[in-house]
Amino acid sequence: MGAFFRIWAVMMKELTQMRRDRLTFAMMFGVPIMQLILFGYAINMDPKNLPAAVVAEEQTPIVRTIIHAMENSGYYDFILQTEDPDESQTLLARGDVAFVVTIPTGFTERLIRGERPELLIEADASDPAAASGAVSSAQTIIASALADELNGSLSYLAQGPPPFDLRVQRLYNPEGRTQYNIVPGLLGVILTMTLVMITGMAMTREVEQGTMENLLAMPAKPVEVMLGKIFPYVGVGAGQVFVILMAAHFIFGVPFVGNLFVLLLGVGVFMLANLALGFTFSTLAQSQMQAMQLTFFFFLPSILLSGFMFPFRGMPEWAQMIGEVMPLTHFLRIVRGVMLKGASLGELYIQMLAMLAFVIVVMAIAMSRYRRTLD
Amino acid sequence: MSGDSDLAIDVRGLVKRFGDKAAVNGVDIQMPRGKVWGFLGPNGSGKTTTIRMICGLLKISEGEGSCLGYDIKKDASRIKLKTGYMTQKFSFWSDLTIRENLEFVARLYQLPKMKRVVDETLEGLGLAHRQRQLAGALSGGWKQRLALAAVTMHGPDLLLLDEPTAGVDPQARRDFWDEIHHLSRNGMTVLVSTHYMDEAERCDRIVYLANGQKVTEGRVQNIIDRSGLVTWRAEGDAVRDLSSEIEGQDGAEHVAYFGSALHVSGTDEARLRDTISHFQRPDVEWHEVRPSLEDAFIALMARAGVDQRDHG
Ligand SMILES: Nc1ncnc2c1ncn2[C@@H]1O[C@H](COP(=O)(O)OP(=O)(O)O)[C@@H](O)[C@H]1O
Ligand SMILES: [Mg+2]
Repeated sequence: MGAFFRIWAVMMKELTQMRRDRLTFAMMFGVPIMQLILFGYAINMDPKNLPAAVVAEEQTPIVRTIIHAMENSGYYDFILQTEDPDESQTLLARGDVAFVVTIPTGFTERLIRGERPELLIEADASDPAAASGAVSSAQTIIASALADELNGSLSYLAQGPPPFDLRVQRLYNPEGRTQYNIVPGLLGVILTMTLVMITGMAMTREVEQGTMENLLAMPAKPVEVMLGKIFPYVGVGAGQVFVILMAAHFIFGVPFVGNLFVLLLGVGVFMLANLALGFTFSTLAQSQMQAMQLTFFFFLPSILLSGFMFPFRGMPEWAQMIGEVMPLTHFLRIVRGVMLKGASLGELYIQMLAMLAFVIVVMAIAMSRYRRTLD
Repeated sequence: MSGDSDLAIDVRGLVKRFGDKAAVNGVDIQMPRGKVWGFLGPNGSGKTTTIRMICGLLKISEGEGSCLGYDIKKDASRIKLKTGYMTQKFSFWSDLTIRENLEFVARLYQLPKMKRVVDETLEGLGLAHRQRQLAGALSGGWKQRLALAAVTMHGPDLLLLDEPTAGVDPQARRDFWDEIHHLSRNGMTVLVSTHYMDEAERCDRIVYLANGQKVTEGRVQNIIDRSGLVTWRAEGDAVRDLSSEIEGQDGAEHVAYFGSALHVSGTDEARLRDTISHFQRPDVEWHEVRPSLEDAFIALMARAGVDQRDHG
């Protein structure tokens, strides 16, 4: 009971200080919003007029219709028309064009015969966001342009499936990750950043300013101080989750096909993991500066090896092993699984357990370092 | 252990080591309730470390004891409820207002009628009209008064004040001491650490620490008497160069400047008088004076083998 009041007292104090420290408060919401805008702008902005090359031996009206339609869509800017496939491949490899559209020999003839000839688009997906809009709309653009062209004796081709077979090949980044991957991932990155750093610094700040001695001389135990400090930041974390989920839905149109409850459970366990880690850092660090350094020491491998920046399965095995330790890795699988693939708790409980194991190990370290005194 | 011991502080053989250096090295203190005790000693002599051990802020390397009847090793949380500890450095929150600091303390101790207690404390401090100012904006003297009010708000039996008057102007120091005696009359036992000698005179009893060890304790007058010193005071223009000449002469055991005057002390009255007679000069004026507490300490420390130049 006494503990409850002491935690309450620390919490009220923390809220007052938080309110007064405008800069930190602004950072807690400003940084996520800034990250959302930076990442989100780059990916949401549907890039237009990307340079493209077309490889075609024939110059029939149908081929011209296709090329015009693609150009009129605004996505493709054909800077080269050639009969030589090698030339276009070089441009693609150098990054001079983002797409190569190949219309094979005999395309028109086979199309009229109703054989549904292949039409190949090769996309440079090393920047997946750049390629996605153009590629995903190609089928519709070409089909509707051809529907206008195919009239009279050819009108039977306009019925049924498109009279061609569009093949898309994503080069350099077969996973073709898009904003759908990045915005949910940002949820994990932002929570890691805020919660680990702030809990890590919360205690060291009192130590550094000499106020810890006062707190300990009063009947407050360090764990009560910590809890009183953590609760307001759980609120901050929840606020960030809300902002990002809203932005994901309303600004970036990220689908949400899974169960919100499973996602929130994952968020809860993930926040616990970060708070536990922050608490442990605060028992290890002597100063706010050290707490910050520890946070970055942890944060960098987290974003690099969790699958946020690079496709997880594309990394070397040792990197994947380190990645498996990070709560962020498991959290990303949960968020993406729930939001994009509709994964259920049954499919994700391993990730939850992995994060809980992390909590237990980290708390064991914290408890072994925990002191009720100044020494 | 119960909380009804006659001794407010009763510790024996207290040792605190940091690494292999002993900051406190075998200190005994038996301090009855209801007095103002001065805790004196030069910087680094172990005053803060001792106080921290007594109120459970530092692990005790060796020794044992009780505070207000509670075991200092096992019952730290009970001791904290009944003591008020004012740290050497201001340790309230600069980014909270005066009122918010007091409210935090009141909440932490679960004081009933929090608002009234805080109002009364502000009134008593004379800070009611400034209660919305940030504590960090207060001057040194006001910070100390705020801290004192905050650590006494829960009505402790024992007050531990660590150099509360360091760096505070003389008028504020006098006011602060008046407040300490006021609290003492209301039944609190007070331990005040200080390195100002003149403040020792304001204490009922003193404990003197040097190099982590207790050098002496008792009433100021008793300590001076026990030292068995005779002191001569030299004043005048030529006093500046006198100390190096007189130091080490027969009977002149301790030589120290007090402002522009020189004190020469010794335990053998006749030999000291004889030596002084050799230094009668036109521009130096000699008087025999009552030894000050500081003279006594210098002598005591020399006997205890402590280099007196450390004395601050
Ligand atoms: N946390 C600590 N770690 C290491 N040494 C310390 C620590 N605290 C105090 N000391 C050392 O212990 C000695 C006594 O210090 P202290 O108790 O602060 O003296 P005082 O309060 O009388 O000035 C000093 O030499 C100081 O450097
Ligand atoms: Mg000190």
